[in-house]
Amino acid sequence: MTELTCKALVIGGGPGGYVAGIRAGQLGLDTIVVDAEALGGTCLNVGCIPSKAVIHAADEFEKATHFANSSALGISAGKPKLDLSKTVAWKDGIVKRLTTGVGGLLKKNKVRTIKGWATFIDGKTVDVKTADGVQRIRAENVIIATGSIPVELPFMTFGGNVISSTGALALDAPPKNFAIVGAGYIGLELGIAFAKFGSKVTVVEAMDRILPTYDAELTKPVAKRLKDLGVTVILGAKAKGLSKDGKALEIEQNGKSESIPADKVLVTVGRKPLTEGWGRENIAIDMDGRHIRIDDRCRTSMGGVYAIGDVMGEPMLAHRAMAQGEMVAEIIAGHNRRWDKVAIPAICFTDPEIVSCGLSPEEAKAAGHKIKTANFPFMANGRAMTMEAEDGFVRAVAREEDHLLLGLQAVGRGVSEMSAAFGLALEMGARLEDVAGTIHAHPTQGEALQEAALKALGHALHI
Amino acid sequence: MGVHVIKLPDVGEGVAEAELVEWMVKPGDNVMEDQVLAAVMTDKATVEIPSPVIGKVTWLGAQAGEIVAVGSPIVKLDVDGAGNAKNEDVAPAKEKKAETKSTNGASSSPVRGGGVAERDGGGKPSKTPPQSATPTAPPQAGEQKKAAVANKAPRKEGEKPLASPAVRKRAADAGVDLRRVPGTGPAGRITHEDLDGYFEHGAAAPAGHARVADTSVKEIPVIGLRRKIAEKMAVSRSRIPDIVYVDEVDMTALEDLRAKLNAEKKPDQAKLTVLPFLMRAMAKAIADQPQVNSLFDDEAGVVKQYGGIHIGVAAQTDGGLVVPVVRHVEARGLWDCAAEVARLADAAKKGSATREELSGSTITITSLGALGGIVTTPVINHPEVAIIGVNKMQVRPHWDGTSFVPRRMMNLSCAFDHRIIDGWNAAVFVQRVKTLLENPAMIFIED
Repeated sequence: MTELTCKALVIGGGPGGYVAGIRAGQLGLDTIVVDAEALGGTCLNVGCIPSKAVIHAADEFEKATHFANSSALGISAGKPKLDLSKTVAWKDGIVKRLTTGVGGLLKKNKVRTIKGWATFIDGKTVDVKTADGVQRIRAENVIIATGSIPVELPFMTFGGNVISSTGALALDAPPKNFAIVGAGYIGLELGIAFAKFGSKVTVVEAMDRILPTYDAELTKPVAKRLKDLGVTVILGAKAKGLSKDGKALEIEQNGKSESIPADKVLVTVGRKPLTEGWGRENIAIDMDGRHIRIDDRCRTSMGGVYAIGDVMGEPMLAHRAMAQGEMVAEIIAGHNRRWDKVAIPAICFTDPEIVSCGLSPEEAKAAGHKIKTANFPFMANGRAMTMEAEDGFVRAVAREEDHLLLGLQAVGRGVSEMSAAFGLALEMGARLEDVAGTIHAHPTQGEALQEAALKALGHALHI
Repeated sequence: MGVHVIKLPDVGEGVAEAELVEWMVKPGDNVMEDQVLAAVMTDKATVEIPSPVIGKVTWLGAQAGEIVAVGSPIVKLDVDGAGNAKNEDVAPAKEKKAETKSTNGASSSPVRGGGVAERDGGGKPSKTPPQSATPTAPPQAGEQKKAAVANKAPRKEGEKPLASPAVRKRAADAGVDLRRVPGTGPAGRITHEDLDGYFEHGAAAPAGHARVADTSVKEIPVIGLRRKIAEKMAVSRSRIPDIVYVDEVDMTALEDLRAKLNAEKKPDQAKLTVLPFLMRAMAKAIADQPQVNSLFDDEAGVVKQYGGIHIGVAAQTDGGLVVPVVRHVEARGLWDCAAEVARLADAAKKGSATREELSGSTITITSLGALGGIVTTPVINHPEVAIIGVNKMQVRPHWDGTSFVPRRMMNLSCAFDHRIIDGWNAAVFVQRVKTLLENPAMIFIED
């Protein structure tokens, strides 16, 4: 096959890679995006989007189940039925639409896409194994956007009844007994969804609390809801492997062994950067622990080679990868850009949802700030009451000396949408007075943000 | 107390207006007699306007870069005594005075204070009327802003600068490191206005990130000497269809002679450069081709062929290109030419050349010295008809008929107004200059 050349070659068509491609195309750079699978990466195919679809279906099913009993709203309905394979097909339809859309956007911006597995030959040359043979590409700039993969437990590899999140999103029926190893956000999001579908869910976590990356105050309403949903949470326990008959998960807690019945075991103990299998050994780029070392312009130690997204480590978030992709495309086009973001919002689509943007009170203190902080509970918010969503709160963290907002967090139903306001406030360098002085529409849950700022200033109105 | 109005004096024969290029004073300043108030430019000469009296500046009549008619008022001064102003001139000045009266600066000028006390008929300096103390000049808007910014406590070491994404992008596009920009917004946030201020007054240059795209555009008003040069060049290039003729000159013999003359020169004589030789050679060649020493008034359709040879010598100064004129080269000896060139070059560099010294040339020499290149296309100094460009002298191999020999070679790039000078005459003139320079003895042989 004849050699291809381009100005920018993007390895990986996930959120980081495809955004880099679109932006590079907009800037008139001759660009190629390579991916072995469908465009959209983990996020669109087996991550953010499909899991949200499944979570939505679970919420709807749970609502119907709720109405099958007596409800305070006066609604009663028949017992609902679930055809999970149909749910999965509906989810796949959404995924298909989105990944096709990404392909269309790339095409619109005159970006070439090649389906195949890329391997570095040197810092400017990549061989792509396609269905039609090996395609060599020479590029002036290469963006590594290979993403991440789920971490496997060596004593309980994926296969059979042991599944990853990808497997969980393709089940044709909810397992009767569903054991989940790892109470991080992926395990809990899926665990809650399957509990709503009717599975008997048990979550095993090695640490002493759920969602260890979020502070205890934020995770408390989630823990309460897990209890209400009948999810068993076993903390400070280690998974030891499947039982001999493969129908139970063996765990060890405080030196005592226990066996948890499990038709399926979902292992969600984290994700790791995909740094092998694409010829990293053929190029001289430095590593930083498990991930690729980059500077504040996403440049690796090799000239003209950039790395964006999960492959360069935590926080593994699609929106961070997108922002990096956009930035790197602009850098390649000659713009003067460097990573200057104040905050990257992170969301847990559990029930209730958690959103965190900027510093938590502990992190702010650890960074040497004297802080003012205030929580405004949804219990005192009219809109939340009308939605039966009184659990949770909005929290503002501000610097004491000048009231500069350092962090905004919330836990509650649907608070993920507040991330827009949180992010904007922090990026704009808002102070408590700015948020407190902004009219928030009534009746909305968003009023809780304004009230949290007012409360930090010492004059909340509705509490 | 009265008001003394200073009008733009007649700064040169036939000059009706002049460009005000620089103010040396501002309202509120106290000025001494003969203190320079402003510089105006006519043609290419800068003329300084001194104050005829002691007083305090209350009003300036023009901004730098404005063209001012001769006779129009440019400065008003508050003076002791009646002043020279009519009533209508005084009114605005009085208003101004009322504004500045209360500003009684602490730093009174001792010279000024003492002078007034004596003139008032004795008394101690403490009795000096408050008006005579130097008032603080009202700060310009820009200065005020700068001061406000400078007073702002700097952000803590290592703290990230606070700015909205739009401000960050604007700074990045301009190559500005926001850590260097003081923020005046809430919590020290850097606002668009702060960035404007930084662009305008700039602290130090932006942090040295290599290869940053610089998209800034600096507007430099074309005023003063630069405007004069621009106008003259545009006239020359648009009106004169020129013919450029280049030939090379073997300067070896002349350089040997020049070295000997310089070695034996008297201490009071200026060091000889190539220029005096060239001037003398031109004077001699002009005798044969007098039409090159002319001014062409193309509007009147008259060529004025001059008997006197006044050679303009283009000189680079800090302010730009000026052309001082060595007058009557036909009547000057070699050493005399050298002395005059040295004197004029010095005056031009110091900016003290008079209007007379900078005008009246009939033919021009242009030289970039060591930067002279191989060939130039000189622009004729309108309304002259010829210009002689001197290129760099260097040792080049020269075929003497049997072998290559190293010779000191120099090109002459000459331009002629082809409307007046035919190519043949141009060539004959340059060939004559070449012959004279190559055989320097011929320059000095009396005909």
